[in-house]
Amino acid sequence: MRLQAEVQAGFRAALFGARPPEGLGPQGELRFAVYRNNVLHGLARALAQRFPVIEALLGAESFVALARAFLAVEPPASPLLFAWGEGFADFLDAMPALAALPYLGDVARLEWARGLAWHAADARAVDPRHLLAAAQSPASLRLGLHPALRLLETRHAAHSIWAAHQPGGSLTGLDPFRPESTLIQRDPADRIVTEALSPPDARMLRALMHGAALLAALSAAGPGHDPTPLILRLVRHGAIISLTGVST
Amino acid sequence: MPQLPASAGLGFKAQHLPDILATRPRLGFFEVHAENHMGAGGRPQRDLERLHADYALSIHGVGLSIGGAGPLDADHLARLKALVDRHQPESFSEHLAWSSHGGAYLNDLLPLPYTPETLSRVAEHIEQVQAVLGRRMLLENPATYLTFADSTILETDFLGELVRRTGCGLLLDVNNVFVSAINQGFDPRDYLARFPMAAVGEIHLAGHEADRLPGGPLLIDSHGAPVAEPVWALYAEVIAAIGPRPTLIEWDNDVPDFATLLAEAGRAAAILEGPRHALAG
Repeated sequence: MRLQAEVQAGFRAALFGARPPEGLGPQGELRFAVYRNNVLHGLARALAQRFPVIEALLGAESFVALARAFLAVEPPASPLLFAWGEGFADFLDAMPALAALPYLGDVARLEWARGLAWHAADARAVDPRHLLAAAQSPASLRLGLHPALRLLETRHAAHSIWAAHQPGGSLTGLDPFRPESTLIQRDPADRIVTEALSPPDARMLRALMHGAALLAALSAAGPGHDPTPLILRLVRHGAIISLTGVST
Repeated sequence: MPQLPASAGLGFKAQHLPDILATRPRLGFFEVHAENHMGAGGRPQRDLERLHADYALSIHGVGLSIGGAGPLDADHLARLKALVDRHQPESFSEHLAWSSHGGAYLNDLLPLPYTPETLSRVAEHIEQVQAVLGRRMLLENPATYLTFADSTILETDFLGELVRRTGCGLLLDVNNVFVSAINQGFDPRDYLARFPMAAVGEIHLAGHEADRLPGGPLLIDSHGAPVAEPVWALYAEVIAAIGPRPTLIEWDNDVPDFATLLAEAGRAAAILEGPRHALAG
């Protein structure tokens, strides 16, 4: 009698190969195909749920083929399928057959970041009135930011391509080779906010996320930049969760 | 520790939450897949809190690989403990199956041979889970599409011995019994007659599909259709024999609107309540 570890190893190899494992009962080959189909179909579907715009860009059939190739190099490391696919963007970038669609990787990075925001820890936003008072000390004020908040800076127009695939969106006139910055945040109503940022706003947010004081972050944005619109967006999306460095 | 009520429950789908909160349907409990609620925060956590405020909660794991040859994934067991500690569900259940091998999660409930070797290991795994979670767990009988030439123990005897060794309860999936019976060519009533019914803490009902194979149909446990008539008949016989048990309608693929799910749960509730009405009359 074989050990179960050998049975499992044979089973796993056969799931991703063409031949059934040994030691099965009657009609083993046809019946084993059910498991192979369940595993491959189920994982391809899980990846499509994680990267719906990539699936829309490639078509369902090509996506399944791609998912199977990805599965061979990066199978899920845990039963948390929402945590599977971190390497998918790099995998798309490196795929020779996809060289004509060089923006796919950046779109995948955006979809990955949206998923991280969905599952990120909870945190309560500060009262905007406190922020107003604290803004009197801009040289020392530091903003604590929500664990879901992400700033994604991409060489391709990931945000525009993603937005074009949302209801009412359109690809007309879109230049996929334009670098873009995207703010991603889970707002207090649990919607995943996905908004384009201007280059100065992106520089300012990057500085804030690195812990810079408000005044320093503003100077990172560049001369003459009005910080109010970005701060208001962060407030509206519940992204500011603490205020430090306030003189009393 | 509070238990699931012996009435009908439904698998929770996030898209149904507005319907549930607006209509507060009369249901005994909701069941969720543990792995969908293991992120740090956000709606997957909040939804469970809102649901559990009004309904009993069953957390049903699909990824622990209790039937696996290797040791249990300590990280995953710790995540389960954190989830169970946070939400204090009325029940925790998992499967007699394996789903991970060599560091890869295969996302299916894969079958194992039933031998003295696997019996000892599964028993150890169940004892470990119960020790870490600090509670008794329920183990579900699988739907199988093939058998192993190596198996030497009947599935019902395997489950009975696990109950005896570990004190765990069982989750009797009547659809799985029917699917395996057709696929393996045994009589589902013989299986149910040998099943350790005293340990049954919950029952699952789900729909299946039929694949055509040269030797006859192969049933697939698809969770994407209404419960089939022969499965309802077996379920009614089980309830008549052992009395009411918490009963879940599982519908995980091609999920219909909430009203359709409620109608399926209503049919289970009618069977659960049937004998009591008869006694009252």
